[in-house]
Amino acid sequence: MPSQLEGSQAVAATVARCRPEVICAYPITPQTHIVEGLSRMVAAGELAPCEFVNVESEFAAMSVAIGASATGARAYTATASQGLLYMAEALFNAAGLGLPIVMTVANRAIGAPINIWNDHSDSMALRDCGWIQLYAADNQEAADMHVQAFRLAEQLSLPVMVCMDGFVLTHAFEPLEVPERERIDAFLPPFAPRQVLDPADPVTIGAMVGPEAFTEVRYLAHAKQMDALDAIPAIAEEFERAFGRSSGGLLSGYRCEDAETVVVALGSVLGTLEEVIDRMRDEGRRVGALAVKSFRPFPLAELRAALARAQRVIVLERAFAVGVGGILSADVHAALAGLPRARGGDRDDEDAVEMHTVIAGLGGRAITRRSLRSMIDDADAGLLPTLHFMDLNSEVVQRELARSRGGGRPGPHAENILRDLGLVAAGPV
Amino acid sequence: MSETRFYQTGTFAVGNRLLDEAEASVQADPERANAITKGHRACQGCGEALGARYALDAAVRATGGRVIAANATGCLEVFSTPFPESSWRLPWIHSLFGNAPAVATGVAAALRAKGHTDIRVVGQGGDGGTVDIGLACLSGMFERGDDVLYICYDNEAYMNTGVQRSAATPPAARTATTEPLGEHPGNSFEQGKNLPLIAMAHEIPYVATATVAELRDLERKVARAMEFRGPRYLHVLVPCPLGWGSATSDTINIARLAKECGLFPVFEAEHGRVVAVSPIRRQVPVEQYLCRQKRYAHLFAGEGRADLIARLQAAADRNIERFGLLASAGSRGEDTTERPARELLDVLAASERGPQ
Repeated sequence: MPSQLEGSQAVAATVARCRPEVICAYPITPQTHIVEGLSRMVAAGELAPCEFVNVESEFAAMSVAIGASATGARAYTATASQGLLYMAEALFNAAGLGLPIVMTVANRAIGAPINIWNDHSDSMALRDCGWIQLYAADNQEAADMHVQAFRLAEQLSLPVMVCMDGFVLTHAFEPLEVPERERIDAFLPPFAPRQVLDPADPVTIGAMVGPEAFTEVRYLAHAKQMDALDAIPAIAEEFERAFGRSSGGLLSGYRCEDAETVVVALGSVLGTLEEVIDRMRDEGRRVGALAVKSFRPFPLAELRAALARAQRVIVLERAFAVGVGGILSADVHAALAGLPRARGGDRDDEDAVEMHTVIAGLGGRAITRRSLRSMIDDADAGLLPTLHFMDLNSEVVQRELARSRGGGRPGPHAENILRDLGLVAAGPV
Repeated sequence: MSETRFYQTGTFAVGNRLLDEAEASVQADPERANAITKGHRACQGCGEALGARYALDAAVRATGGRVIAANATGCLEVFSTPFPESSWRLPWIHSLFGNAPAVATGVAAALRAKGHTDIRVVGQGGDGGTVDIGLACLSGMFERGDDVLYICYDNEAYMNTGVQRSAATPPAARTATTEPLGEHPGNSFEQGKNLPLIAMAHEIPYVATATVAELRDLERKVARAMEFRGPRYLHVLVPCPLGWGSATSDTINIARLAKECGLFPVFEAEHGRVVAVSPIRRQVPVEQYLCRQKRYAHLFAGEGRADLIARLQAAADRNIERFGLLASAGSRGEDTTERPARELLDVLAASERGPQ
């Protein structure tokens, strides 16, 4: 029976039913509603025995989770944006120690300029920290993914990040099913740690490893993530059998079996994209979408198979690598390397599949149906550049670039642009 | 028939089998835990290895072997765990440089959630990991009231990385980043961070300082700390022959002189108030402490830097006044040194040589 819930409330209620033993939290927008909800439940005694620790920073939050997990407790925290970066060192450490911590990342931009709204700059910046990274397309999936995340983390002894778009998902109310406690209990066995701090059987955790073994240890981290490529779909299938709905997995295609143009994306933009694709399909256009649910590990072979029939691929990204271009695109490129363009389409040749990177939705800018539609139209018409910034105000950018090149002290970009846009009372520079 | 006299009785000597068992040191017990056991790679004369061994064995005894340690990055971590070797015979975790107090909090939270509150937690690190990079986590651990004993082994600089200044480096000390060139005094005479006082400002149940010169006192303070629940802080002065430029055989002597000159006050505080001090038995001028260490060699080279020595003496005098370290000046607290030990200290203090 679905109930009308905020995404954050649904995640909090789901995490609560996963029987966490230690929850640590530091406030940062837009993840605060999740830990506020959990804090109330712990205070009310609904989660006993569970400890809620209000820490002094995200670095401490992850550190407390490390200590708790190494002592055999199921540990959970949530963060976003600057907070994720502030815990960066501890993230690598938790992964290196193989501690199955589960964390929600309510995706948010990184400053400067400071910006509280959604994009994927935060989790993308930490893509190589050794955590599994799952991206939810909607709030039902976000809730469901947490149940799967605990199972996956503890099965592989690896930490898992569940990424959900800040505000777009965390603050959106919609009808949702919070996974039932009895079913979770059947799906998620109690945490049996691989190693644990116990005076009855003392172990040394976190010792120093030199050049003689470091490569092997790092390789094993990679091998574990490769195992996750099998575990993630297996757990998603089992989840579907137990809960009666499909969530998670490695990839999820939308009408892309015979699609000539496929848009690859992460997160909540998939909903808008599906609407656009439905409309274009009605017009007879062969377009589809491919959602990447697991970004780490990255399903290279599965992605290659899913895109084998595509003529062109548009990678739609809510973050980018300054000075290069797409982040997700680089991995998609790797997956498609050497893949010839599919035969039987309009452009029947042997060229490599055509690829575009589109950067969109930075710092909370809405990704509209109209913009998505024109992106696909441009691609099909051969007008979409290899790297494109969706809805970029070129006039403003060119004016600011000219100012910068003019020498002198033109002042801060962000303020100049706001003035040019008429958003500052003092008017244009 | 004359009375047999056992001169060893009542000394601090380890393995003193003539003492009553109740008075014997933890280290005198053949069944001691050896929490950090042989084979580690500490330098000769390492004060930290000595302090950690005494502190942790005392913690193991006080808890009946139910203790978990969380260690900051630093010398203690590096010399004790070159994998696959480990000197630790208790459950031990190292995570990062600046998070040992928070990791310890996590361990304590997990133990509470699992109902294992009989198992106690010790966090530990050097001065860099404690007063600099770990201070935020430590302060958080204090203010939340987490049930952790945190021990700082203070050798007054970043020794593991090659003797760079920390906020615990004393004024005028030479480090690799405070070279006494030209008129520069070595480390500056700014405030620095006095972490025992910062800990006391949190009004936590127990704060104490100790040195490796008085190891029975250190053991007793660990045992006392374990009688409390909540955050406790122990700050142990551990001379570093490498970083201080002192003889490896001089570690204990130098630690004693630090206390006897007044530069390192040894005291106990409960809930933010000093409740006991270890008085200076025989006061020595700071020169006697400084001149045995090459990090202060610039104070004695050429015409010497009497001005800087005077400022250090003033700092020592301020400590003496503040904590009531001279028994004759009216002690603020009770003298916690055992009587026979005092006599030994008097003998040792009398034998100290002054600057050459």
